[in-house]
Amino acid sequence: MFSFILRRFLQSAMVMAIVSAVSFSLFNFVGDPVNNMVGQDATREQRIEIRQQLGLDDPITTQYTRFIGNILHGEFGLSYRIKRPVDQLILERLPATLELVFVSALIALIVGITLGVYTGIRRNSVISKAVLSVSLIGVSLPTFIIGITLIYIFAVHLRWLPSSGRSGTIMLGPWKTSLMSVDGWRAILLPAITLSLFQLTLILRLVRAEMLEVMQTDFIKFARARGLSEKAINFRHALRNTLVPVITIIGLNVGGLIAFSVITETVFQWPGTGLMFIQAVDFVDVPIMAAYLVFVALLFVIINLIVDILYFIVDPRIRLGD
Amino acid sequence: MKFTKLMTVSALAMSVATSSMAENILRWTSQGDALTMDPHSQNEGPTIAMNGQIYESLVTRDANLDLQPELAESWTAGSDGWTFILRRNVKFHDGADFTAEDVVFSFERAKHEASDYKEQAKNVVSVEVIDDYTVKLVTNGPNPILPNQLTSIYMMDKNWAEANNVVAPQDFKAEQETFAVRNANGTGPFILKSRAPDEMTVLTKNDNWWGAGKFPGNVDTIEYRPITNAATRVAALLSGEVDFVLDPPLQDLKRIQAAEGLGTKTVAQIRSIFFGMDQGIDQLRSSNVTGNPFKDVRVREAFNLAIDKVAIQRVVMEGLSFPTGIITPPGVLGNTPALDESYGYDVDRAKNLLSDAGYPNGFSIQLDCPNNRYNNDEKICQAAVAMLAKIGIDVKLDAIPKAQHFPKIQKRETDFYMLGWGVPTLDSHYVFSYLLASEGSWNATGYKNERVDEITAAITSEIDIEKRTKMIDEAWQLVKAEIPYLPVHHQVLAWGMSDKVDIPIAADDAFRPRYAVMK
Repeated sequence: MFSFILRRFLQSAMVMAIVSAVSFSLFNFVGDPVNNMVGQDATREQRIEIRQQLGLDDPITTQYTRFIGNILHGEFGLSYRIKRPVDQLILERLPATLELVFVSALIALIVGITLGVYTGIRRNSVISKAVLSVSLIGVSLPTFIIGITLIYIFAVHLRWLPSSGRSGTIMLGPWKTSLMSVDGWRAILLPAITLSLFQLTLILRLVRAEMLEVMQTDFIKFARARGLSEKAINFRHALRNTLVPVITIIGLNVGGLIAFSVITETVFQWPGTGLMFIQAVDFVDVPIMAAYLVFVALLFVIINLIVDILYFIVDPRIRLGD
Repeated sequence: MKFTKLMTVSALAMSVATSSMAENILRWTSQGDALTMDPHSQNEGPTIAMNGQIYESLVTRDANLDLQPELAESWTAGSDGWTFILRRNVKFHDGADFTAEDVVFSFERAKHEASDYKEQAKNVVSVEVIDDYTVKLVTNGPNPILPNQLTSIYMMDKNWAEANNVVAPQDFKAEQETFAVRNANGTGPFILKSRAPDEMTVLTKNDNWWGAGKFPGNVDTIEYRPITNAATRVAALLSGEVDFVLDPPLQDLKRIQAAEGLGTKTVAQIRSIFFGMDQGIDQLRSSNVTGNPFKDVRVREAFNLAIDKVAIQRVVMEGLSFPTGIITPPGVLGNTPALDESYGYDVDRAKNLLSDAGYPNGFSIQLDCPNNRYNNDEKICQAAVAMLAKIGIDVKLDAIPKAQHFPKIQKRETDFYMLGWGVPTLDSHYVFSYLLASEGSWNATGYKNERVDEITAAITSEIDIEKRTKMIDEAWQLVKAEIPYLPVHHQVLAWGMSDKVDIPIAADDAFRPRYAVMK
């Protein structure tokens, strides 16, 4: 068990090193940060001076070693655009993204599982067929179109919900939450729905497929023969068996949701890490881009490590095979 | 059904609650947030505009862009500087008095190495205190336009800066942010109440402002929220969540005008859009011919004649542009109606000129264009590609974000490029020194005319207004004849606002809340 964890750990460290090297080399092609840091009046001498101050003209290997050295010390530097420490910026914006991901995962799970069970049990009803067709929209339409459409329907025409931004926030210690107020829930609803649609469709179809398969098995037939109610059969027995792959998918996707909520956050002006990253790309704010990529890589690596360890614990075949 | 009822009721309840307060709250939005509350740290549009509501300078411009006294009541020119009489009884937001020593301190700070205003502040060599309310800004020889150059240099309180350790603006290499990044203490009509960068900035009225009652504005609270996505920004205006949008996309203007309770305002902007042609390099980088066709003025004239600026105005800009023949707009000293006239549109003459110059079959070239900076920049370039094809020029278009495009110009790596230029001082010197002087930092055309260089240097110290204007005109006439650039048009600004508020639109795209009237 220990050697397994150690091996996975070393592999993770190697992945991090490769990601940092690749992202670092990309920064030479993203444009000139100095241009955005000074006004159009700045002279050529000034620009050259700033480049030297920031070490942008040093050889690549020097810059990279400095970069890695700083990261290992936990120093990510100051953002070129906002002039505040990058790690503070990321930690400040993280609660917004995490709450958005949490609410959207919740929506995807609740609605997805419920509809998945329904369409699994009543395969041929009209509602089932309608749900399946409409769910295709969730996977085929790009997120920003769904987002803008929801804004126009619910914010501009019906005026039920705010069109953008995160309101109703309260500080719970260091965590800035918006889930403790009605205003906050109103604001998070549209972005969360937009972000959840892809997951929702995935879960719906997965649960449905699993339900269809499980309903054919012998133990279900025996349960029915024993006289158990349909409700007990559907939810206590069939559903439990379908949940294992669902949990795997959600677990793996959560990392992706956090990293790629960029588009939803941009459309809804949701002040999370995704929006910060896109603004950093636009501005060529290299410290934020670098820190964000490292952070995302770390997130994926940790999640995969946890999933691997869970498999190891749960599945005896892996344990015995090692 | 119950859920929607609940939602509607709570929405109504919330709107009733806010409207029952007698306060005038102005909610507005635009694409970019101010980068910092430190007034000497970043020289860029949204930052200057936000800080300009909290801080003030010695002189300012009103909505018509006329110079107005602000913290200085009057000023007189001398041979080695200008004497400013300061306004009395002005207090900073923390209660401290505004006096001459704050002026000295602020200019020193603006000239600091880490300040982004050093180029402008450099014009002031030193500040002499004559008494508590009189200062002399010493310049290097006579400077006829010093007041024009001071409108963005904001005054800070020396004691506040010392007490909060912000005597110098933020250094690029520093480890920690300074206190001034999120805190402010100015003399202006609004006080910074709360600041969450990229989320929401709230300003409240300064009841002790020296100008209270002297300006038409009646706004009590300003809530500013940046919204990056253009469609979401317009949606916020359409849904009534904001009252004013500074930069609605041009294609949505008709939609805003058609909506009930909303309207738009337009004005000619102090910003011109043009193409630069590299006539300095010996061999073009992206062409299939040897040598450099742009060195021949006939080729440059042909390019000018091939672009149908009126068609661009009609089709690409939907009427929202002013075709021109000069790279700086009316409103800037030096632009005259004669100079402003476009070179014209004549495809046949353009083809003849090209043949005369030795290129009867045209040639190929790459056009570098930004795609996220100016109004419809990429579309203008696409139109230009099609128009140049008619005279036999095969253009390859490279439209990229501004972050990658502008370095090409500064590093002189482009044959043919689009650029836009705004003029905060409203004086031609600003245009000459950056775009037409041979060493101008944004002059990637390789244009070098000794007389123009001479004039650029001479007008910095020529105090005889008539003489100076004549020199400026001479330089522009030379430029008009030698055609180093391809002027396209002057931009038009459009603001979207609800009928609840009346904000006079200004050609420098700056929001001046002291003139905003809420009904």
